[in-house]
Parts: sequence; structure tokens; C-alpha cells
Amino acid sequence: MYALERIGASYELSDNADVIRSAERIIFPGVGEASTAMKSLRENGLDKVIPTLKQPFLGTCVGMQLLCQSSEENNTECLGVFDIPILKFPRVKGFKVPQTGWNNITADQSNPLLKGLRESEYVYYNHGYYAPLCDYTVAKTDYILEYSAMLQRDNFFAAQFHSEISGDVGEQIFKNFLEI
Amino acid sequence: MLTKRIIPCLDIKDGRTVKGTNFVNLRDAGDPVELGAEYARQGADELVFLDITATVEERKTLLDLVRRVAHTINIPFCVGGGIGSVADVSKLLNAGADKVSINSSAVRNPQLINELALEFGSQCIVVAIDTRYIEQANGYEHIVHTHGGRKPTELRTIAWAKEVEDRGAGEILLTSMDTDGTKAGFALELTAEISENSNIPIIASGGAGSMEHFYDVFTAGKADAGLAASIFHFKEIGIPELKNYLKEKGIPMRI
Repeated sequence: MYALERIGASYELSDNADVIRSAERIIFPGVGEASTAMKSLRENGLDKVIPTLKQPFLGTCVGMQLLCQSSEENNTECLGVFDIPILKFPRVKGFKVPQTGWNNITADQSNPLLKGLRESEYVYYNHGYYAPLCDYTVAKTDYILEYSAMLQRDNFFAAQFHSEISGDVGEQIFKNFLEI
Repeated sequence: MLTKRIIPCLDIKDGRTVKGTNFVNLRDAGDPVELGAEYARQGADELVFLDITATVEERKTLLDLVRRVAHTINIPFCVGGGIGSVADVSKLLNAGADKVSINSSAVRNPQLINELALEFGSQCIVVAIDTRYIEQANGYEHIVHTHGGRKPTELRTIAWAKEVEDRGAGEILLTSMDTDGTKAGFALELTAEISENSNIPIIASGGAGSMEHFYDVFTAGKADAGLAASIFHFKEIGIPELKNYLKEKGIPMRI
């Protein structure tokens, strides 16, 4: 929210389906655990609403994971906007999980969300689960293995990192989102 | 590649930075918001604010400060000092802190770590450990201290680090009271031993006096992040030159 205020965007925090349907753009942030988050979406009926939305939609962190088909975090059935599973990082010596800190994305600069960014930029991560590379991948990161840093399908955009605390790069992504 | 983090720490009292600072071009060198913003511009990877006040009135000032910092700064920031309950953490996170750091309250009540991790997620729970190498019945050992490192506890540092991880801490801020303030370098052996035996990041603190010390703590010390205060405040080391130096030496850095 502070990130939106910094770039002068007005916003409303809501879990109301009508408010969300009529919004110009939607940001779907997330921290926490997948099954609990899905449960609260179902309680509000938002699990049916979200996949039908047509306006620009940006899911971040757990918000991105919920947009996928399923998550290995407590074997959760998710929203299915992206028909890929969310997987747990394998245990490999020398790599702490969750990944915590700044890592670089290698990005498709032609994507409207990545306008004005360099091919490689640093963003802030904190996650123990990842989206594998797939047809929707528009940016990737390497930690233990290469995974999807960002996804896009039609009006749905998603980023695994925390854009709101990813410095000027994160701020540029939000600005770009407001222009889509 | 995941980078090593450089973290400046600001001591806050009654909403102001204490300990002097040596920044030019700031209207008010005591204003933590301006200082924090300056560090963010210089490339700090994260900020730590340590509140060294205790009164209720001053805590309100802190919340207001956290709000102003969160509005201004677009990198992670962590607030520590005097945090003892779920309610304290809730207020700070709602005000815009990304993480909180707990210390004495975790020693007094280890279950607090579990409660906070369950309520807010491990990612925002940093446990700070102040340690000192002191003589015990069976010889010298690393022992956890509280009260700014003055008061020894019963806890062995290495075992306590494992315990806080098991209880759900997301990161450990390890301060060696033996090296703190000496500018003779970080406590490399202890930092390495703890980092190699844990699956959460270790932020090393205490003893930074030169750029080489950071190189050492990221190599021999196996630390994930290096924290310092006065050497940054007094501009003995600039963050951009430090990060460039480390990058040239092969340490992954966000430049």
C-alpha cells in the first residue's frame, strides 16, 4: 500500500467481490500460507470471481502462487489461472530455504510490466516454493534451479518477489502496471 | 545469483537517531527517515532500526517513525528493541515494518518465537542473539547475553541458534559482544559454525572496521548478511565503495 502511495496511485483494500469486479486494476499481494489463503478466498467467493476477471491483475509472492493450479504447500488446490504446479525447493547443500534476499531476474523486456528495466535486475525474495519455467514465464531467476520469477497470461500478471520492497525496480513494475 | 546483503543499523531514541552521523547534504542528520532514505539511495540492501527507548510514550513515537520510513523507503526494513508480545509486533507490521527483531523477550519466553511465526510467518521474525565468549565451569564457551550484552544467560549460543530456528525464526542477527566496537573484524569462527548448521540466513554483526572484514565474514564467516552502524554513519566506509570492492573480489552483490 505504501508502495502505491509512493507513486501516487489511489487504492482501496477490499475482499468484496463487487468492489473487485468493478476495479480498474487489481493487485493481489500475499504473505502467509497457501491453504489458509485459499480457504479465505473460498469463504468470500473470490475463488470463483478471480479467474473470470478481465482487468489488469497482478499477483505477487503468495498471490502469484495462488494463481497457479496447485501448491505443494499443504497440497493446496489453487485458482488455476496458470495451469502449472507450485513446487517446494529441493534440499541442496549450500542453499538455505526459504530463499531470503536479493536475487536477479532475467527478464523479457518486451513485456509491458518490465518496460524500462534492464535485462538483469535485482529484486527481493522470500519464498520456499517456486513456479517452474513454463510457457507463461516472462522473467526467470536462478536459485537451486531456474524458476519463473514472473508469469503472464492475458490480463493476469504475477511476480514471485516482493515488488513493494524491491527498490526502484519494484517501483518501476508498479508504475508499468498502472499504465497497462 | 542470491547476493550477500549489506545492512546499516540505526539506533533510535525517542524517534531520533542517536550516535552521531557524518552525512553531509542532509537537512537533519538526526532524522532516521532522511538517513534511511540516504542509505537506500546508496545501495543498502536492507535497514535495521534498533529502538533503544522503553517508555510507552516513546513507543508511540516509534510507530509514527516506522510509518514515515515505510512511506519513504522501498527496501526491506526491520525494527527491533523492546518487542515483547504479539500485539507489539502487530502494531509495528501494521505501521509498515517488513520484519521485527526480538532479543531478550525470546530468551525470557522462547515460546514467543513460535507464536510470532505462526501469527505473522517466519519471514518477518528475526531473532537477535547477543553472544560473549566467557569462562564457564568447563572452560570458555559462547554464551547468550541480554541487556545489551551485559547480562549472561544460561543459554549456549550455538544451541540457542538451533532452537530459535526450530521454533520458527526466519533469520538470526548474531552480534558478538567480544568484537562489537573493536573494529577488529567479525567473529568469524562462531558465525561460520552457526551459519553452516542452520537453514536460515545469519546476519553477522559486531566488529566491522574495514572492507576486508566484510569479505572475511562472507567467505570464512559464511554469513548471509553483514550489519554495521558507526562505520557507515561516520562514513569511514561508504556503502557503494564497499559493495564495489566486494563484487570485484567475487562476492555476489546487488549493485
